[in-house]
Amino acid sequence: MSLETIIIQLAVGLLKSIAIFALTLIGSLPLGLFVAFGRMSKWAPLKGLAPAGSGRLRKGLAGFRPLQTLVKLYISLMRGTPLMLQLMVVYFGPYYLFKIPIGQNYRFTAVIIGFVLNYAAYFAEIYRSGIESMPVGQYEAASVLGYSRPQTFFKIILPQVIKRILPSITNEVITLVKDTSLAFAISYSEMFTLARKISSSQSTLVPFVVAGIFYYLFNLIMAYVMERAEKSLGYFR
Amino acid sequence: MNVLELTNIRKSFGSLEVLRGITVTVAKGEVVAIIGPSGSGKSTLLRCATLLETVDEGEINYLGDYVVRTSPEGRVQYSSPADLKRIRRYFGLVFQNFNLFPHYSVIKNVIDPLIHVQKRDKEEAYADARALLSKMGLADKADSYPYQLSGGQQQRVSIVRALAMKPEVLFFDEPTSALDPELTGEVLKVIRSLTEEHMTMVIVTHEMQFAQHVADKVYFMDDGLVVEQGTPDEVFGKPQEERTRRFLERYAPTAP
Ligand SMILES: Nc1ncnc2c1ncn2[C@@H]1O[C@H](COP(=O)(O)OP(=O)(O)OP(=O)(O)O)[C@@H](O)[C@H]1O
Ligand SMILES: [Mg+2]
Repeated sequence: MSLETIIIQLAVGLLKSIAIFALTLIGSLPLGLFVAFGRMSKWAPLKGLAPAGSGRLRKGLAGFRPLQTLVKLYISLMRGTPLMLQLMVVYFGPYYLFKIPIGQNYRFTAVIIGFVLNYAAYFAEIYRSGIESMPVGQYEAASVLGYSRPQTFFKIILPQVIKRILPSITNEVITLVKDTSLAFAISYSEMFTLARKISSSQSTLVPFVVAGIFYYLFNLIMAYVMERAEKSLGYFR
Repeated sequence: MNVLELTNIRKSFGSLEVLRGITVTVAKGEVVAIIGPSGSGKSTLLRCATLLETVDEGEINYLGDYVVRTSPEGRVQYSSPADLKRIRRYFGLVFQNFNLFPHYSVIKNVIDPLIHVQKRDKEEAYADARALLSKMGLADKADSYPYQLSGGQQQRVSIVRALAMKPEVLFFDEPTSALDPELTGEVLKVIRSLTEEHMTMVIVTHEMQFAQHVADKVYFMDDGLVVEQGTPDEVFGKPQEERTRRFLERYAPTAP
Protein backbone atom coordinates (compact mmCIF):
# COMPACT_ATOMS: atom_id res chain seq x y z
CA MET A 1 0.00 0.00 0.00
CA SER A 2 1.44 3.35 -1.02
CA LEU A 3 2.01 6.17 1.44
CA GLU A 4 -0.60 8.19 -0.42
CA THR A 5 -3.28 5.54 0.09
CA ILE A 6 -2.40 5.31 3.77
CA ILE A 7 -2.67 9.07 4.16
CA ILE A 8 -6.00 9.18 2.36
CA GLN A 9 -7.46 6.32 4.42
CA LEU A 10 -6.24 7.86 7.67
CA ALA A 11 -7.58 11.27 6.66
CA VAL A 12 -11.03 9.69 6.47
CA GLY A 13 -10.44 8.33 9.97
CA LEU A 14 -9.29 11.74 11.09
CA LEU A 15 -12.64 13.22 10.07
CA LYS A 16 -14.33 10.69 12.35
CA SER A 17 -11.92 11.58 15.18
CA ILE A 18 -12.80 15.22 14.66
CA ALA A 19 -16.51 14.35 14.80
CA ILE A 20 -16.00 12.58 18.15
CA PHE A 21 -13.99 15.54 19.41
CA ALA A 22 -16.53 18.18 18.36
CA LEU A 23 -19.64 16.34 19.52
CA THR A 24 -18.01 15.52 22.85
CA LEU A 25 -17.31 19.19 23.52
CA ILE A 26 -20.74 20.31 22.33
CA GLY A 27 -22.36 17.82 24.67
CA SER A 28 -20.10 17.86 27.70
CA LEU A 29 -19.41 21.58 28.12
CA PRO A 30 -23.09 22.45 28.81
CA LEU A 31 -23.79 19.13 30.56
CA GLY A 32 -20.80 19.74 32.83
CA LEU A 33 -22.35 22.98 34.00
CA PHE A 34 -25.53 21.18 35.06
CA VAL A 35 -23.48 18.47 36.76
CA ALA A 36 -21.58 21.21 38.62
CA PHE A 37 -24.90 22.67 39.81
CA GLY A 38 -25.88 19.23 41.08
CA ARG A 39 -22.52 18.81 42.78
CA MET A 40 -23.00 22.15 44.57
CA SER A 41 -26.65 21.48 45.42
CA LYS A 42 -27.49 22.04 49.06
CA TRP A 43 -30.95 20.51 48.73
CA ALA A 44 -31.63 18.55 51.89
CA PRO A 45 -35.26 17.33 51.97
CA LEU A 46 -34.93 15.92 55.49
CA LYS A 47 -33.62 19.17 56.95
CA GLY A 48 -36.70 19.58 59.14
CA LEU A 49 -35.80 16.41 61.04
CA ALA A 50 -33.21 17.87 63.38
CA PRO A 51 -34.39 20.53 65.81
CA ALA A 52 -31.66 21.82 68.12
CA GLY A 53 -30.32 19.17 70.45
CA SER A 54 -31.36 16.08 68.48
CA GLY A 55 -29.24 12.96 68.21
CA ARG A 56 -26.47 12.09 65.81
CA LEU A 57 -28.61 9.90 63.54
CA ARG A 58 -31.23 12.59 63.05
CA LYS A 59 -28.54 15.19 62.42
CA GLY A 60 -26.97 12.91 59.84
CA LEU A 61 -30.28 12.35 58.07
CA ALA A 62 -31.13 16.04 58.20
CA GLY A 63 -27.83 16.92 56.56
CA PHE A 64 -28.33 14.33 53.80
CA ARG A 65 -28.11 15.96 50.35
CA PRO A 66 -29.40 13.37 47.86
CA LEU A 67 -28.63 15.24 44.65
CA GLN A 68 -25.13 16.21 45.76
CA THR A 69 -24.39 12.66 46.91
CA LEU A 70 -25.59 11.15 43.65
CA VAL A 71 -23.59 13.56 41.53
CA LYS A 72 -20.49 13.02 43.67
CA LEU A 73 -20.80 9.28 43.05
CA TYR A 74 -21.20 9.83 39.31
CA ILE A 75 -18.12 12.09 39.17
CA SER A 76 -15.98 9.71 41.18
CA LEU A 77 -17.00 6.75 38.97
CA MET A 78 -16.24 8.70 35.79
CA ARG A 79 -12.88 9.84 37.07
CA GLY A 80 -12.00 6.64 38.89
CA THR A 81 -12.45 4.10 36.07
CA PRO A 82 -10.86 3.92 32.61
CA LEU A 83 -12.70 5.69 29.81
CA MET A 84 -12.09 2.61 27.67
CA LEU A 85 -14.06 0.51 30.13
CA GLN A 86 -16.84 3.09 30.25
CA LEU A 87 -17.10 2.97 26.46
CA MET A 88 -17.46 -0.81 26.57
CA VAL A 89 -20.16 -0.60 29.23
CA VAL A 90 -22.11 1.94 27.18
CA TYR A 91 -21.71 -0.11 24.00
CA PHE A 92 -22.28 -3.66 25.26
CA GLY A 93 -24.34 -2.80 28.34
CA PRO A 94 -27.74 -2.55 26.65
CA TYR A 95 -27.33 -6.04 25.20
CA TYR A 96 -25.86 -7.83 28.21
CA LEU A 97 -28.10 -6.12 30.74
CA PHE A 98 -31.39 -5.78 28.88
CA LYS A 99 -30.96 -8.05 25.84
CA ILE A 100 -31.50 -5.08 23.54
CA PRO A 101 -29.94 -5.93 20.17
CA ILE A 102 -27.10 -3.61 19.21
CA GLY A 103 -27.52 -1.99 15.78
CA GLN A 104 -24.57 -1.07 13.60
CA ASN A 105 -25.35 2.66 14.00
CA TYR A 106 -25.19 2.41 17.77
CA ARG A 107 -21.39 2.14 17.74
CA PHE A 108 -20.90 5.85 17.02
CA THR A 109 -23.72 6.84 19.38
CA ALA A 110 -22.11 4.78 22.14
CA VAL A 111 -18.77 6.51 21.57
CA ILE A 112 -20.39 9.93 21.91
CA ILE A 113 -22.46 8.98 24.97
CA GLY A 114 -19.39 7.54 26.69
CA PHE A 115 -17.18 10.52 25.92
CA VAL A 116 -19.81 13.12 26.84
CA LEU A 117 -20.58 11.45 30.17
CA ASN A 118 -16.89 11.14 31.00
CA TYR A 119 -15.86 14.65 30.00
CA ALA A 120 -18.90 16.25 31.64
CA ALA A 121 -17.61 14.90 34.96
CA TYR A 122 -14.20 16.51 34.46
CA PHE A 123 -15.68 19.78 33.22
CA ALA A 124 -18.09 19.83 36.18
CA GLU A 125 -15.20 19.82 38.62
CA ILE A 126 -13.49 22.58 36.67
CA TYR A 127 -16.67 24.70 36.65
CA ARG A 128 -17.12 24.08 40.34
CA SER A 129 -13.61 25.16 41.25
CA GLY A 130 -14.10 28.30 39.15
CA ILE A 131 -17.48 29.13 40.65
CA GLU A 132 -16.27 28.53 44.20
CA SER A 133 -13.24 30.75 43.63
CA MET A 134 -15.43 33.77 42.88
CA PRO A 135 -15.33 36.43 45.61
CA VAL A 136 -18.63 36.65 47.48
CA GLY A 137 -18.61 40.43 46.98
CA GLN A 138 -19.61 39.94 43.34
CA TYR A 139 -22.79 38.15 44.43
CA GLU A 140 -23.46 40.76 47.11
CA ALA A 141 -23.05 43.71 44.73
CA ALA A 142 -25.39 42.02 42.26
CA SER A 143 -27.93 41.31 44.99
CA VAL A 144 -27.96 44.89 46.26
CA LEU A 145 -28.33 46.18 42.70
CA GLY A 146 -31.39 43.96 42.33
CA TYR A 147 -30.15 41.42 39.78
CA SER A 148 -32.16 38.20 39.83
CA ARG A 149 -30.33 34.95 40.56
CA PRO A 150 -30.19 33.80 36.92
CA GLN A 151 -29.02 37.27 35.85
CA THR A 152 -26.37 37.24 38.54
CA PHE A 153 -25.08 33.87 37.42
CA PHE A 154 -25.15 34.30 33.67
CA LYS A 155 -24.23 37.99 33.41
CA ILE A 156 -21.92 38.56 36.36
CA ILE A 157 -20.47 35.26 37.55
CA LEU A 158 -20.17 32.97 34.51
CA PRO A 159 -18.09 35.30 32.28
CA GLN A 160 -15.56 35.71 35.07
CA VAL A 161 -15.59 31.98 35.80
CA ILE A 162 -14.93 31.18 32.14
CA LYS A 163 -11.89 33.43 32.13
CA ARG A 164 -10.57 31.78 35.28
CA ILE A 165 -11.07 28.19 34.08
CA LEU A 166 -10.02 28.54 30.46
CA PRO A 167 -6.47 27.22 31.09
CA SER A 168 -7.93 24.07 32.70
CA ILE A 169 -10.39 23.69 29.83
CA THR A 170 -7.45 23.92 27.42
CA ASN A 171 -5.80 20.97 29.20
CA GLU A 172 -8.93 18.87 28.81
CA VAL A 173 -9.31 19.83 25.17
CA ILE A 174 -5.74 18.71 24.42
CA THR A 175 -6.32 15.46 26.28
CA LEU A 176 -9.58 14.90 24.40
CA VAL A 177 -7.82 15.10 21.02
CA LYS A 178 -5.66 12.16 22.08
CA ASP A 179 -8.45 10.36 23.94
CA THR A 180 -10.55 10.07 20.77
CA SER A 181 -8.22 7.15 19.93
CA LEU A 182 -9.81 5.17 22.81
CA ALA A 183 -12.82 4.61 20.57
CA PHE A 184 -10.78 1.70 19.19
CA ALA A 185 -11.94 -0.19 22.31
CA ILE A 186 -15.29 -0.73 20.62
CA SER A 187 -13.78 -0.86 17.13
CA TYR A 188 -15.19 2.45 15.95
CA SER A 189 -13.24 3.25 12.79
CA GLU A 190 -11.68 6.54 13.79
CA MET A 191 -8.07 7.30 12.89
CA PHE A 192 -6.28 5.18 15.47
CA THR A 193 -8.44 2.10 14.85
CA LEU A 194 -7.70 2.41 11.14
CA ALA A 195 -3.98 2.87 11.74
CA ARG A 196 -3.90 -0.37 13.73
CA LYS A 197 -5.81 -2.22 11.05
CA ILE A 198 -3.58 -1.04 8.21
CA SER A 199 -0.43 -1.61 10.23
CA SER A 200 -1.21 -5.23 11.04
CA SER A 201 -2.44 -6.13 7.55
CA GLN A 202 0.55 -4.49 5.81
CA SER A 203 3.14 -5.14 8.57
CA THR A 204 4.37 -1.57 8.63
CA LEU A 205 4.62 1.15 11.25
CA VAL A 206 4.05 3.93 8.71
CA PRO A 207 0.30 4.31 9.54
CA PHE A 208 1.17 5.00 13.19
CA VAL A 209 3.70 7.63 12.20
CA VAL A 210 1.17 9.31 9.91
CA ALA A 211 -1.56 9.14 12.57
CA GLY A 212 0.85 10.58 15.12
CA ILE A 213 1.56 13.51 12.84
CA PHE A 214 -2.16 14.07 12.30
CA TYR A 215 -2.87 14.04 16.07
CA TYR A 216 -0.01 16.44 16.65
CA LEU A 217 -1.20 18.89 13.98
CA PHE A 218 -4.76 18.65 15.29
CA ASN A 219 -3.49 19.57 18.74
CA LEU A 220 -1.37 22.42 17.46
CA ILE A 221 -4.47 23.92 15.91
CA MET A 222 -6.51 23.43 19.07
CA ALA A 223 -3.77 24.95 21.21
CA TYR A 224 -3.80 27.97 18.91
CA VAL A 225 -7.60 28.26 19.06
CA MET A 226 -7.58 28.10 22.86
CA GLU A 227 -4.79 30.65 23.07
CA ARG A 228 -6.87 33.01 20.96
CA ALA A 229 -9.86 32.40 23.22
CA GLU A 230 -7.79 33.21 26.30
CA LYS A 231 -6.46 36.35 24.64
CA SER A 232 -9.97 37.46 23.70
CA LEU A 233 -10.82 37.49 27.41
CA GLY A 234 -7.73 39.51 28.24
CA TYR A 235 -9.60 42.80 28.19
CA PHE A 236 -10.45 42.50 31.88
CA ARG A 237 -8.76 41.26 35.02
CA MET B 1 -40.76 61.35 57.39
CA ASN B 2 -38.43 58.46 58.09
CA VAL B 3 -36.81 56.80 55.13
CA LEU B 4 -35.56 53.93 57.25
CA GLU B 5 -36.47 52.50 60.62
CA LEU B 6 -34.47 49.68 62.15
CA THR B 7 -36.15 48.60 65.37
CA ASN B 8 -34.71 46.34 68.02
CA ILE B 9 -32.55 44.37 65.58
CA ARG B 10 -30.96 41.21 66.94
CA LYS B 11 -28.57 38.96 65.11
CA SER B 12 -26.32 36.10 66.18
CA PHE B 13 -23.77 34.02 64.33
CA GLY B 14 -23.97 30.68 66.11
CA SER B 15 -23.53 31.50 69.77
CA LEU B 16 -21.98 34.91 69.05
CA GLU B 17 -24.50 37.71 69.62
CA VAL B 18 -23.43 40.42 67.18
CA LEU B 19 -26.45 42.74 67.32
CA ARG B 20 -28.25 42.85 70.65
CA GLY B 21 -31.27 45.05 70.06
CA ILE B 22 -30.38 47.99 67.84
CA THR B 23 -32.71 50.81 66.91
CA VAL B 24 -31.74 53.35 64.28
CA THR B 25 -33.99 55.80 62.43
CA VAL B 26 -33.03 57.81 59.40
CA ALA B 27 -35.12 60.78 58.28
CA LYS B 28 -35.33 62.00 54.73
CA GLY B 29 -32.30 64.06 53.74
CA GLU B 30 -30.45 63.11 56.89
CA VAL B 31 -26.82 61.96 57.05
CA VAL B 32 -26.27 59.37 59.76
CA ALA B 33 -22.79 58.29 60.78
CA ILE B 34 -22.22 55.01 62.60
CA ILE B 35 -18.95 54.72 64.46
CA GLY B 36 -17.56 52.16 66.85
CA PRO B 37 -14.69 49.77 67.45
CA SER B 38 -13.87 46.86 65.17
CA GLY B 39 -16.23 43.94 65.71
CA SER B 40 -18.98 46.04 67.25
CA GLY B 41 -21.44 44.94 64.54
CA LYS B 42 -21.56 47.99 62.25
CA SER B 43 -21.16 46.05 59.02
CA THR B 44 -23.57 43.39 60.18
CA LEU B 45 -26.18 46.07 60.81
CA LEU B 46 -25.78 47.48 57.28
CA ARG B 47 -25.87 43.96 55.86
CA CYS B 48 -29.16 43.29 57.66
CA ALA B 49 -30.60 46.57 56.38
CA THR B 50 -29.54 45.76 52.79
CA LEU B 51 -30.88 42.19 52.89
CA LEU B 52 -27.45 40.57 52.70
CA GLU B 53 -28.14 38.99 56.11
CA THR B 54 -31.39 38.05 57.78
CA VAL B 55 -32.21 39.27 61.26
CA ASP B 56 -33.13 36.99 64.17
CA GLU B 57 -35.51 39.55 65.66
CA GLY B 58 -36.73 43.08 65.08
CA GLU B 59 -38.31 45.20 62.38
CA ILE B 60 -37.04 46.96 59.29
CA ASN B 61 -39.07 49.29 57.12
CA TYR B 62 -38.28 51.69 54.31
CA LEU B 63 -40.82 54.53 54.03
CA GLY B 64 -43.29 52.39 55.93
CA ASP B 65 -42.78 49.45 53.59
CA TYR B 66 -41.89 46.49 55.79
CA VAL B 67 -38.92 44.25 55.06
CA VAL B 68 -39.38 42.21 58.20
CA ARG B 69 -41.54 42.25 61.30
CA THR B 70 -41.51 40.25 64.50
CA SER B 71 -44.79 39.15 66.05
CA PRO B 72 -45.33 39.57 69.82
CA GLU B 73 -44.64 35.83 70.17
CA GLY B 74 -41.23 36.42 68.61
CA ARG B 75 -41.91 34.96 65.15
CA VAL B 76 -39.80 36.70 62.50
CA GLN B 77 -41.70 37.31 59.28
CA TYR B 78 -39.97 38.57 56.13
CA SER B 79 -42.07 40.09 53.35
CA SER B 80 -42.68 38.16 50.13
CA PRO B 81 -39.90 37.97 47.52
CA ALA B 82 -41.95 40.25 45.26
CA ASP B 83 -42.21 42.86 48.02
CA LEU B 84 -38.51 42.55 48.83
CA LYS B 85 -37.67 43.03 45.18
CA ARG B 86 -39.62 46.28 45.19
CA ILE B 87 -38.07 47.38 48.49
CA ARG B 88 -34.55 46.81 47.17
CA ARG B 89 -35.06 49.83 44.95
CA TYR B 90 -35.17 52.07 48.03
CA PHE B 91 -31.52 51.58 48.93
CA GLY B 92 -28.02 51.38 47.52
CA LEU B 93 -24.83 50.17 49.15
CA VAL B 94 -21.23 51.24 48.60
CA PHE B 95 -18.83 48.51 49.68
CA GLN B 96 -15.46 48.88 51.35
CA ASN B 97 -13.78 47.07 48.45
CA PHE B 98 -15.96 48.54 45.67
CA ASN B 99 -17.12 45.22 44.16
CA LEU B 100 -17.27 46.62 40.64
CA PHE B 101 -17.86 44.02 37.94
CA PRO B 102 -14.38 43.56 36.42
CA HIS B 103 -15.61 42.32 33.04
CA TYR B 104 -17.74 45.43 32.46
CA SER B 105 -16.38 48.81 31.47
CA VAL B 106 -17.06 51.72 33.80
CA ILE B 107 -20.10 52.89 31.85
CA LYS B 108 -21.44 49.34 31.56
CA ASN B 109 -21.11 48.85 35.31
CA VAL B 110 -23.39 51.85 35.74
CA ILE B 111 -25.95 51.32 32.98
CA ASP B 112 -26.34 47.54 33.10
CA PRO B 113 -28.48 47.44 36.26
CA LEU B 114 -30.45 50.47 35.03
CA ILE B 115 -31.36 48.65 31.84
CA HIS B 116 -31.64 45.06 33.03
CA VAL B 117 -32.98 45.55 36.55
CA GLN B 118 -34.86 48.83 36.42
CA LYS B 119 -35.81 48.35 32.74
CA ARG B 120 -35.06 51.97 32.02
CA ASP B 121 -34.77 53.31 28.51
CA LYS B 122 -31.30 52.64 27.10
CA GLU B 123 -30.61 56.14 25.76
CA GLU B 124 -31.82 57.72 28.96
CA ALA B 125 -29.70 55.35 31.08
CA TYR B 126 -26.58 56.21 29.10
CA ALA B 127 -27.31 59.94 29.35
CA ASP B 128 -27.84 59.73 33.13
CA ALA B 129 -24.74 57.62 33.61
CA ARG B 130 -22.56 59.96 31.56
CA ALA B 131 -23.87 63.00 33.43
CA LEU B 132 -23.12 61.39 36.80
CA LEU B 133 -19.68 60.23 35.71
CA SER B 134 -18.70 63.72 34.59
CA LYS B 135 -20.00 65.17 37.81
CA MET B 136 -17.68 62.84 39.70
CA GLY B 137 -14.75 63.73 37.46
CA LEU B 138 -14.80 60.38 35.67
CA ALA B 139 -15.99 61.43 32.21
CA ASP B 140 -12.76 60.26 30.55
CA LYS B 141 -12.91 56.87 32.30
CA ALA B 142 -16.27 55.76 30.91
CA ASP B 143 -14.72 53.16 28.62
CA SER B 144 -11.96 52.00 30.97
CA TYR B 145 -12.14 48.73 32.84
CA PRO B 146 -12.00 48.67 36.64
CA TYR B 147 -8.46 47.24 36.77
CA GLN B 148 -7.23 50.31 34.88
CA LEU B 149 -8.43 52.67 37.63
CA SER B 150 -6.97 53.69 40.97
CA GLY B 151 -8.78 52.61 44.12
CA GLY B 152 -10.20 56.09 44.59
CA GLN B 153 -11.53 56.14 41.04
CA GLN B 154 -13.01 52.66 41.44
CA GLN B 155 -14.78 53.74 44.60
CA ARG B 156 -16.16 56.83 42.87
CA VAL B 157 -17.46 54.63 40.06
CA SER B 158 -19.15 52.38 42.58
CA ILE B 159 -20.78 55.46 44.13
CA VAL B 160 -22.00 56.50 40.68
CA ARG B 161 -23.31 52.98 40.07
CA ALA B 162 -25.32 53.15 43.31
CA LEU B 163 -26.51 56.72 42.75
CA ALA B 164 -27.70 56.05 39.21
CA MET B 165 -30.29 53.67 40.64
CA LYS B 166 -31.85 56.71 42.36
CA PRO B 167 -32.10 55.15 45.81
CA GLU B 168 -33.96 56.80 48.68
CA VAL B 169 -31.05 56.06 50.97
CA LEU B 170 -27.44 55.22 50.29
CA PHE B 171 -25.38 53.09 52.68
CA PHE B 172 -21.60 53.27 52.87
CA ASP B 173 -19.57 50.63 54.70
CA GLU B 174 -16.17 52.18 55.39
CA PRO B 175 -15.90 53.56 51.85
CA THR B 176 -12.30 54.71 52.29
CA SER B 177 -10.81 51.91 54.40
CA ALA B 178 -9.42 50.00 51.42
CA LEU B 179 -7.76 53.09 49.96
CA ASP B 180 -4.28 54.50 50.25
CA PRO B 181 -4.40 57.54 52.54
CA GLU B 182 -3.74 59.96 49.69
CA LEU B 183 -6.84 58.67 47.86
CA THR B 184 -9.36 58.94 50.70
CA GLY B 185 -9.77 62.69 50.17
CA GLU B 186 -11.26 62.44 46.69
CA VAL B 187 -13.85 59.89 47.84
CA LEU B 188 -14.79 61.85 50.95
CA LYS B 189 -15.18 64.94 48.80
CA VAL B 190 -17.66 63.13 46.56
CA ILE B 191 -19.67 61.98 49.56
CA ARG B 192 -19.62 65.47 51.00
CA SER B 193 -20.93 66.84 47.70
CA LEU B 194 -23.90 64.48 48.04
CA THR B 195 -24.83 65.99 51.38
CA GLU B 196 -25.29 69.30 49.61
CA GLU B 197 -27.91 67.63 47.42
CA HIS B 198 -29.65 66.32 50.54
CA MET B 199 -29.03 62.71 49.69
CA THR B 200 -30.11 60.50 52.59
CA MET B 201 -27.07 58.55 53.72
CA VAL B 202 -25.95 56.10 56.38
CA ILE B 203 -22.17 56.01 56.65
CA VAL B 204 -20.12 53.56 58.65
CA THR B 205 -16.70 55.11 58.98
CA HIS B 206 -13.50 55.31 60.95
CA GLU B 207 -12.89 58.84 59.64
CA MET B 208 -13.96 60.65 62.78
CA GLN B 209 -13.37 64.18 61.53
CA PHE B 210 -15.35 63.44 58.41
CA ALA B 211 -18.23 62.00 60.46
CA GLN B 212 -18.17 65.02 62.69
CA HIS B 213 -18.38 67.41 59.75
CA VAL B 214 -20.95 65.77 57.49
CA ALA B 215 -23.27 63.90 59.84
CA ASP B 216 -26.55 65.23 61.19
CA LYS B 217 -26.70 62.36 63.66
CA VAL B 218 -24.04 60.04 65.05
CA TYR B 219 -24.53 56.57 66.52
CA PHE B 220 -21.74 55.06 68.58
CA MET B 221 -21.95 51.26 68.63
CA ASP B 222 -20.07 48.92 70.90
CA ASP B 223 -20.50 45.20 71.43
CA GLY B 224 -23.76 44.96 69.50
CA LEU B 225 -25.48 47.90 71.17
CA VAL B 226 -25.97 51.58 70.45
CA VAL B 227 -24.13 53.05 73.41
CA GLU B 228 -24.67 56.68 72.56
CA GLN B 229 -26.39 58.77 69.91
CA GLY B 230 -26.88 62.41 69.17
CA THR B 231 -25.64 65.30 67.08
CA PRO B 232 -21.93 65.33 66.24
CA ASP B 233 -21.47 68.10 68.77
CA GLU B 234 -23.06 65.99 71.48
CA VAL B 235 -21.29 62.72 70.71
CA PHE B 236 -17.88 64.12 69.83
CA GLY B 237 -18.06 67.28 71.96
CA LYS B 238 -19.43 66.06 75.26
CA PRO B 239 -19.82 62.28 75.21
CA GLN B 240 -21.91 61.06 78.14
CA GLU B 241 -20.66 57.49 78.24
CA GLU B 242 -17.30 56.30 79.45
CA ARG B 243 -17.05 53.80 76.55
CA THR B 244 -17.58 56.58 74.00
CA ARG B 245 -14.92 58.71 75.59
CA ARG B 246 -12.39 55.88 75.59
CA PHE B 247 -13.15 55.07 71.95
CA LEU B 248 -12.82 58.68 70.84
CA GLU B 249 -9.52 59.06 72.68
CA ARG B 250 -8.19 56.01 70.88
CA TYR B 251 -9.53 56.66 67.38
CA ALA B 252 -9.69 60.43 67.10
CA PRO B 253 -7.08 61.98 69.31
CA THR B 254 -7.41 65.22 67.35
CA ALA B 255 -11.17 65.50 67.83
CA PRO B 256 -12.17 68.10 70.43
N1 LIG C 1 -20.76 35.67 58.56
C1 LIG C 1 -20.28 35.69 59.82
N2 LIG C 1 -20.13 34.55 60.52
C2 LIG C 1 -19.66 34.55 61.77
N3 LIG C 1 -19.31 35.66 62.44
C3 LIG C 1 -19.42 36.83 61.82
C4 LIG C 1 -19.91 36.91 60.46
N4 LIG C 1 -19.92 38.22 60.09
C5 LIG C 1 -19.46 38.91 61.15
N5 LIG C 1 -19.16 38.09 62.19
C6 LIG C 1 -18.67 38.51 63.51
O1 LIG C 1 -19.55 39.48 64.01
C7 LIG C 1 -18.85 40.48 64.73
C8 LIG C 1 -19.21 41.84 64.17
O2 LIG C 1 -18.70 41.95 62.86
P1 LIG C 1 -18.89 43.24 61.96
O3 LIG C 1 -18.21 42.96 60.68
O4 LIG C 1 -20.32 43.60 61.91
O5 LIG C 1 -18.08 44.32 62.81
P2 LIG C 1 -17.71 45.80 62.39
O6 LIG C 1 -18.23 46.68 63.47
O7 LIG C 1 -18.14 46.09 61.00
O8 LIG C 1 -16.12 45.78 62.48
P3 LIG C 1 -15.03 46.51 61.55
O9 LIG C 1 -14.92 47.92 62.07
O10 LIG C 1 -13.78 45.73 61.80
O11 LIG C 1 -15.50 46.44 60.15
C9 LIG C 1 -17.38 40.13 64.61
O12 LIG C 1 -16.99 39.47 65.81
C10 LIG C 1 -17.33 39.18 63.45
O13 LIG C 1 -16.28 38.27 63.59
MG1 LIG D 1 -17.15 46.43 59.15
